[in-house]
Amino acid sequence: MRGICPVIAELFLSGILVWLTGAVACLALWRHPVAARRVTCGAALAGSLLDLIASSAAIFSSGSAEIGLPFGNPVFTWAIRLDPLSAYFNVTLATLAAAVSLYSFGYLKEMEGRRNLGAFGFFFNLLLLSLALVFTASNAFFFLAAWEVMALSSFCLISFEHEKEKTRNAGMLFLIMSHAGTGLLLIAFLILASASGSLDFSSFHLLASSLTPLQQGAVFLLFLFGFGVKAGLVPVHIWLPDAHPVAPSNVSALMSGIVIKTGIYGMARVFFDFYGAPPIWMGTVVLGLGVASALLGVLYALMEHDLKRLLAWHSIENIGIILMGFGAALMFRSLGQANLAALALIAALYHTFNHAMFKGLLFLGAGSVVQATHTRNMEKMGGLIRRMPVTALCFLLGAVAISGLPPLNGFVSEWLTYQALLAGFGTTLSMTRLMFPIAGSLLALTAALAAACFVKAFAIPFLALPRSEEAADAREASFPMRAGMAVLAVGCVTLGLGATWFVRVFDPITQLALGVRASSALTAAHGWALSPGTPHGGTISTAGIALLFLIAGAAFALPLAMRWRRRSVSGPAWDCGQPGLTADNEYTATAFSKPLRMIFSALYRPRREILAEYEVSPHYPSAIRFESEIELTFEKRLYAPLRERIMAASNRMKGIQAGSINVYLAYIFITLILLLLFGVRG
Amino acid sequence: MTEQMIARLIENIAQLCLLLALAPLVTGVIRTLKARLQTRRGPGILQPYRDLVKLFQKGMVVPETASWIFSATPWVVFFSTLLAGLMIPMVAADAPLGLFGGVLAVIYLLGLGRFFLALSGLDTGSSFGGLGSSREMTISALAEPAMMLAIFTVAIGAGSTGLTEIAGAAIGQSWRFLAPAQMFAFAALALVLIAETGRIPVDNQDTHLELTMIHEAMILEYSGPYLALVEWAASIKQLVLMTLLINCFWPIGLQPTWFGFGALQGIAWLLAKLLLLSCAIVLLETVNAKMRLFRVPELLAVAFTLGSLALVSTFLF
Repeated sequence: MRGICPVIAELFLSGILVWLTGAVACLALWRHPVAARRVTCGAALAGSLLDLIASSAAIFSSGSAEIGLPFGNPVFTWAIRLDPLSAYFNVTLATLAAAVSLYSFGYLKEMEGRRNLGAFGFFFNLLLLSLALVFTASNAFFFLAAWEVMALSSFCLISFEHEKEKTRNAGMLFLIMSHAGTGLLLIAFLILASASGSLDFSSFHLLASSLTPLQQGAVFLLFLFGFGVKAGLVPVHIWLPDAHPVAPSNVSALMSGIVIKTGIYGMARVFFDFYGAPPIWMGTVVLGLGVASALLGVLYALMEHDLKRLLAWHSIENIGIILMGFGAALMFRSLGQANLAALALIAALYHTFNHAMFKGLLFLGAGSVVQATHTRNMEKMGGLIRRMPVTALCFLLGAVAISGLPPLNGFVSEWLTYQALLAGFGTTLSMTRLMFPIAGSLLALTAALAAACFVKAFAIPFLALPRSEEAADAREASFPMRAGMAVLAVGCVTLGLGATWFVRVFDPITQLALGVRASSALTAAHGWALSPGTPHGGTISTAGIALLFLIAGAAFALPLAMRWRRRSVSGPAWDCGQPGLTADNEYTATAFSKPLRMIFSALYRPRREILAEYEVSPHYPSAIRFESEIELTFEKRLYAPLRERIMAASNRMKGIQAGSINVYLAYIFITLILLLLFGVRG
Repeated sequence: MTEQMIARLIENIAQLCLLLALAPLVTGVIRTLKARLQTRRGPGILQPYRDLVKLFQKGMVVPETASWIFSATPWVVFFSTLLAGLMIPMVAADAPLGLFGGVLAVIYLLGLGRFFLALSGLDTGSSFGGLGSSREMTISALAEPAMMLAIFTVAIGAGSTGLTEIAGAAIGQSWRFLAPAQMFAFAALALVLIAETGRIPVDNQDTHLELTMIHEAMILEYSGPYLALVEWAASIKQLVLMTLLINCFWPIGLQPTWFGFGALQGIAWLLAKLLLLSCAIVLLETVNAKMRLFRVPELLAVAFTLGSLALVSTFLF
């Protein structure tokens, strides 16, 4: 492996320093809201751009750089390593963070003077800084330290609007789950460290495969769920749909776009760096959990009418899709199929970047909408496409991309995932091979349900008539906000059309993880088409499809539409004979998802209550109150009993907390004796 | 290279013309046959062409509540359906636009059209549009896993998602369609075809303003040329799915190339096979009653089971 040019390392470090300086400066400027806002966003933007340049250069120079930080101590080294995998996640982070920072110039303006922007800027820059360090830390101690800083700054940002009880609860839940996850990671790292005698990641390389099978399995599960908590893996996802929506929208975009990806990064690091060829059950577990996350995520998203909560559930869905790629890659590795493993890994990592782009975009769009209408409830929006045309267009692009429709980026990564799953069937003769096509068909169901969900998520807020006065008076987002969204929209389009160009980015990563370079096998027809790399595997050309759409649109649609416009008149839509169409006639989000609520009622266990008040006859009610609610299975059946047990146990333990100093001294004494005995025996 | 590209271009244009010209005919034939089977006279097989011509000459009414989505949708639907149509083998085993995408691209391009159609249904603000959109998205979502299982079965046999390769593999083994896996997959895909093209027992293409309608409800506000585009796209979609079904499973008569006398033979075979499939659809539509909306998932569950059986039988045989 080659080293990389020292300039890259210096650029990366200066990005980190800019974030650090920005964080401290914000804290100092907390009394000057305008300056604090400018420093917050300016530092975040500058740091992101530096990081973007450094990491993209690092990918293309395909080496890795070890950077020692100047304040080490004898026990732990504070070392950063920028290898291709780290650099890839840093590029994802930097692209998203740059767009979000640009957006924040406008978004934070409304908070000026009303909230402490100094504190916000401090945690915002600290979050970016810790994310970059999580992706590059090269020893376990440093990694966990950065991981904790990230968790704590996320917690502070989630709880930023802490005067609301819901926000406080969501923040606490996040903190508890996050620390439970960190605990699992700590145990896993300690097992590895005791085997290698060092905390350095390079000493863990392929180490996990030399452990006993039992230890291997334990380490794998600890890492899977430890990182899974952060990623929002079902069944440890419950904090995510609560925490992401309550944060300010620019933070939500970062949380869903990149913070949950630290879990994905961790898994990639562990599964493809620390493990050699893992036993096949590990791959099947990841694939199975991926399918479950994808399906449950989208099914719950469909029932959601809070725009931001809906997007948060979709993060769980997309993490599931990413994990399906990971699971397939692990299985291929066990089966000795390096090329297919590379295909599946590329699918997963490609989707990781894509999800950062379109989910970031959708959350920023939702942020603009929420700022304009002062509600997160879709049923109170409507008709925003006329009031906010740019936001609407950006949101539409994001919706098409996340639904996996051609020619945008979501389609490309889902296509690669399908190809990996399809090729998997021929790799083994055991029954496990049936998992691949079944996972593929459930991915199809997920994608189709996501499309249904985004028809709702775009059409209800943006189309038809406004459903409230706030929506009718909504104002378009300010220029920096539109610019931030536009950057991500361009990202979605570029990653979709430029797929054959982008897959080259993965060469150094697959070289590092699997020892193969896949990009030349993945491109066909002089870079016009993408192919799965198997002979006669079928090709796809998003650029070609887009080009044909453009040609057809310019040659036929535009001239004909112009001509037909002269013959068209505007008139009222069919109002079913009622006098005039009002917002009350419109289809609601609840009504839109009603068929699916009934079909999947075994999962949702919906409950509804209709209260009609009438004066004369029950056929002419004067007021109707309708309430509908679904049950969140995991919360109710798994976590609620667990919480009760914990509460009961701590109640019982109250007995030993007598409050008398003598008793506590006795406790300390007993503990000391026990420790001494333990020490003597050892 | 350039000669090859010109040949490709000619193939594409030929298939484009075939799609545009044949699609209304298939709709017309199905309608007439259905009328005859129900001892009615029916409108004549050329009626869909007359409808299109008439609609293209008319003016149109655009709802005041609608946005640009409403005007963009007919184009998106029309072009995406045509693109999907160019990716399937119709006359020759070689799909003219096979390089740009295989069976997955076909499904997802049709999905793109449906996405926009559902948006425009909600765009008008009328309750009917939303009702149609909601049902369409629900049913298509439930049809998707069965469709993908059936397609995986076929694609695994061919080792590719490219339709050229799939048709090629089917031609290579001419009795393959009798293998249990192929038959189960065919049955699954046929059920999906019924759901996707809005046929009885899932939806009824012949009804307007009925509370049970799905596709018609979404496009209720369209008139004039835009309605013509949407209707034309719907019939092309039907042709695409029917051709996909017959040529993947029963490739008899598919020519090696578009050029020469063989092309006429290929078109004759295509027409014959389409007629046969149309007869089957007509029979099915006549002897069945439309299902309640909430019984449709059961039908699609049957399709999913058939798809799973198809997969398991590739494992066994």
